[in-house]
Amino acid sequence: MIYEVFRQERKGQAFAHAGSVEAPNEEFAEAYAREQYGRRGESTALWVVPRESVHEIDDFADELQKNYHRVDGYPLKEKLGRARELAAKSPDELSAGAG
Amino acid sequence: MTTRVEKVLEIADDELILGWRNSEWTGIAPLLEEDVAFSSIAQNEIGHARALYEHAARELGTTADELAFDRQPEEYRHSRLVELRLVPDWAATIARHYLYETADEERIGALKKSDDPELAGLAAKIDREEAYHRMHAQMWFDRLREEPRFAAALEELRPLAETRGEHTPEFVELWEEMTSVRRSLAGATW
Repeated sequence: MIYEVFRQERKGQAFAHAGSVEAPNEEFAEAYAREQYGRRGESTALWVVPRESVHEIDDFADELQKNYHRVDGYPLKEKLGRARELAAKSPDELSAGAG
Repeated sequence: MTTRVEKVLEIADDELILGWRNSEWTGIAPLLEEDVAFSSIAQNEIGHARALYEHAARELGTTADELAFDRQPEEYRHSRLVELRLVPDWAATIARHYLYETADEERIGALKKSDDPELAGLAAKIDREEAYHRMHAQMWFDRLREEPRFAAALEELRPLAETRGEHTPEFVELWEEMTSVRRSLAGATW
């Protein structure tokens, strides 16, 4: 049996996938996870989960490319950059530009 | 030498020799995860030996290295159980591990009640690590208990836990290996 191991580095932090261990049952899996991912004080807690209990989803439909749904839909960085450039210019330059 | 120091040395020798024997599985244990776990247990045992030798060395006015590596084979006080070379017999190795941890729990428990507060504190520290060794031994025991080879090994090894004194030629070989650096390189330390 394969068990997936998740590791929390500091209290309050999110658990992140650390790796997996092969073990005949839960008890062995816990012991092996402890040895491989916890014995050097690198974790405050571990989650040990049978691999088949992890449901993977990897199909995300986005047929119409609705990029406004995504966090990168609005390139704020570029807009901010332009605003800063504008702010740095003197009023004369601005009006000259407008003329 | 007081009885108390003798007892500390006896435990230190058991832990050192068992640590060496268990480390013979490093790289060849039945599965990779077990390799890591069993090697880690072996390392812990040697760590316990070191702490106990340091304690005894303070009382005897010597050093941990001298106690661990400069004595003659016949001066070691460990039991017959720990000195046997059991590779490649995993069932026998687990039988020894289980017998040792069971006996050790009692001994360390008594040491925790020592009237020497330093020794009692050290025993408590060791016991907190041994708790994981016991868990490991117990889970293997539960897994192999129906296995005839395992049952036979348990019966065969059981009386050796308290057999002390005379050592086997197997131990003399281990001693040669264990002390070779120290004997060939003056001043080599742990």
